[in-house]
Amino acid sequence: MDKNKQPKIQIVNLSKVFGRSPKKMLQLVQQGMDKNELLTKHRHVLALDNINMELKEHSIEVIMGLSGSGKSTLIRHINRLIAPTAGEVLVDGENVCNMGAGQLRRFRQQKTAMVFQNFALLPHRTVIDNISFGLQIQGKSETQIKRSSYYWLERVGLAGYEKNYPAQLSGGMQQRVGLARALACDADILMMDEAFSALDPLIRSDMQDVLLELQRELKKTIVFITHDLDEALKIGDRIAILNQGQLIQQGSADNILLHPADDYVRRFVADVNRTGVLRARSIMDSQLQTSPDFSNTVVVQEDDTVREVLHSMLSADSYNALVTNQSGKAVGRIDSEMLAAAVNN
Amino acid sequence: MSWSEFPSMSRADLRSLRKSIDESFRNFTQEYGESLERFFDPLLEFLIFSERLLLSTPWPIMIAICAALAFLASRSWKIVVGVILAFTLIGYLGMWQDTMRTLSIITVCTIVAIAIGIPIGIAMARSNKLQALISPILDVMQTMPSFVYLIPVVMLLGIGKVPGLIAVIIYALPPIVRLTNLGIRQVDPDVIEAADAYGCSGWQKLVNIQMPLALPSIFAGVNQTIMMSLSMVVIASMIGVKGLGQPVLKAITNQYFSMGLLNGFAIVAIAIIFDRVSQQYGRRIQQHRQGDHNG
Repeated sequence: MDKNKQPKIQIVNLSKVFGRSPKKMLQLVQQGMDKNELLTKHRHVLALDNINMELKEHSIEVIMGLSGSGKSTLIRHINRLIAPTAGEVLVDGENVCNMGAGQLRRFRQQKTAMVFQNFALLPHRTVIDNISFGLQIQGKSETQIKRSSYYWLERVGLAGYEKNYPAQLSGGMQQRVGLARALACDADILMMDEAFSALDPLIRSDMQDVLLELQRELKKTIVFITHDLDEALKIGDRIAILNQGQLIQQGSADNILLHPADDYVRRFVADVNRTGVLRARSIMDSQLQTSPDFSNTVVVQEDDTVREVLHSMLSADSYNALVTNQSGKAVGRIDSEMLAAAVNN
Repeated sequence: MSWSEFPSMSRADLRSLRKSIDESFRNFTQEYGESLERFFDPLLEFLIFSERLLLSTPWPIMIAICAALAFLASRSWKIVVGVILAFTLIGYLGMWQDTMRTLSIITVCTIVAIAIGIPIGIAMARSNKLQALISPILDVMQTMPSFVYLIPVVMLLGIGKVPGLIAVIIYALPPIVRLTNLGIRQVDPDVIEAADAYGCSGWQKLVNIQMPLALPSIFAGVNQTIMMSLSMVVIASMIGVKGLGQPVLKAITNQYFSMGLLNGFAIVAIAIIFDRVSQQYGRRIQQHRQGDHNG
């Protein structure tokens, strides 16, 4: 389903070194010096090491990594809050790194909107004036600003709180304001930098649902940074795993769970409860004719999770499932052994 | 050579050094004194205008205006009653005119200091180099004994209102510059990053975010500026600034204890009024910081 989506953001040979003379140090890295040696010998930090990736339009692209992996640095290159030491960032084919100051401002106003881990709301402004901030910077008319801001206030479930100040709201509500502020800008790209990480688990799960529901309708390109694998698996159409400034693997949740690129990813995904993440499509056998026995078979959807398949099979007291696609055509089969293998992998 | 005596310049050299500095400054004075005086003419007119305005306003109206301003700024009846009492007492004790003159010069000083100080503070906050350059100048302005810089000011502009005003402003300017700079630098970097991410220009950032968030700090600077210009009233009276300072000066030279005391208390009363009113106002503009969930 992702195959026909166009790349919205292309990141090409992107490297970032922090320190006094980054260009010189990058040459050392290209000659083979490693990150630790660079830090101890030259006191420069290699934050991103030759990243190449594409982020596709209309999908939620998760960039995941632990702290220090470079994920927050990477997302800030997309709107050039941080400028690269080497490499390019293309958005809709346009190189962000070559833009002049005015052009960059217009690009940030119109193409991107950002949600922050610490909310970064304007403490001196009411909720409604926070939501209208981006529109105001864009120079929209008063009536347009008002209409849009109140619309998004309601969409994120904060109607009635418009006159409150951020400090009077809980963390979850503050982040709803942050989300509304970003959505009100009507930008194609929504960048979320650990947007839900500061929230407690229940609120976080609520916000994830809010985001998924909005995305079904808005179909934006969402770049979502997180350190939480469960969150990544829940909301990501695709997940990119970053470690020590390098891109380790990029792919769908199923792809990463079933075919981890290396030991780091394997360890990372070891503790995940697969049954809620893996889809029938990923574990089925698509050679239908090899199945000798079709008696007592249940029918499941290819998008069903393994847990749902298991539930269907158990409740029908069956050992076989026929997998169908959205138009009802049979595309594969699953038996109990395949289920067991998927869960124990 | 003995170690107890510092090997200083010879007396003749020292004298000629001082003489050459004095002479070149005197030449400068003769050359540019008049045009400098003309340059400050608008300021003088502003001073005279504000003093006439305060002196010609009937006293009941003046007290009413002060009380109304105090209420608008502080929303506190206690402070309003204090203002009315203080002004009535000052008038009854025969210090009304001098008090009006002092109020006038303080008002002008504060306006000029704000007009000069806030832009300098903003410029300082935007550039570390400028901060490194201006900070020591501010230190000099605050610690140099006022009499020292009164000498060249008087030489250039003579005795009167304008040199007095300049002396007061030199002393009262640093806090507003410093606190504007500090207030802008202390704005949460996360909020600044958000402003950048949404494509703010430098001006939009200043107007929408930095200035409003620095306002409490800037306000503390204004408060300090008022206090410091009040404390300069007596010294300024030495170069001909009329007001509450002159009777104090007279009292010092003639040992009139009660005269000094009464005028001193009038200065204190004005200072306390300005301080309380501006502090209450500063507190009110920070209400968004209170995190109560009841709104």
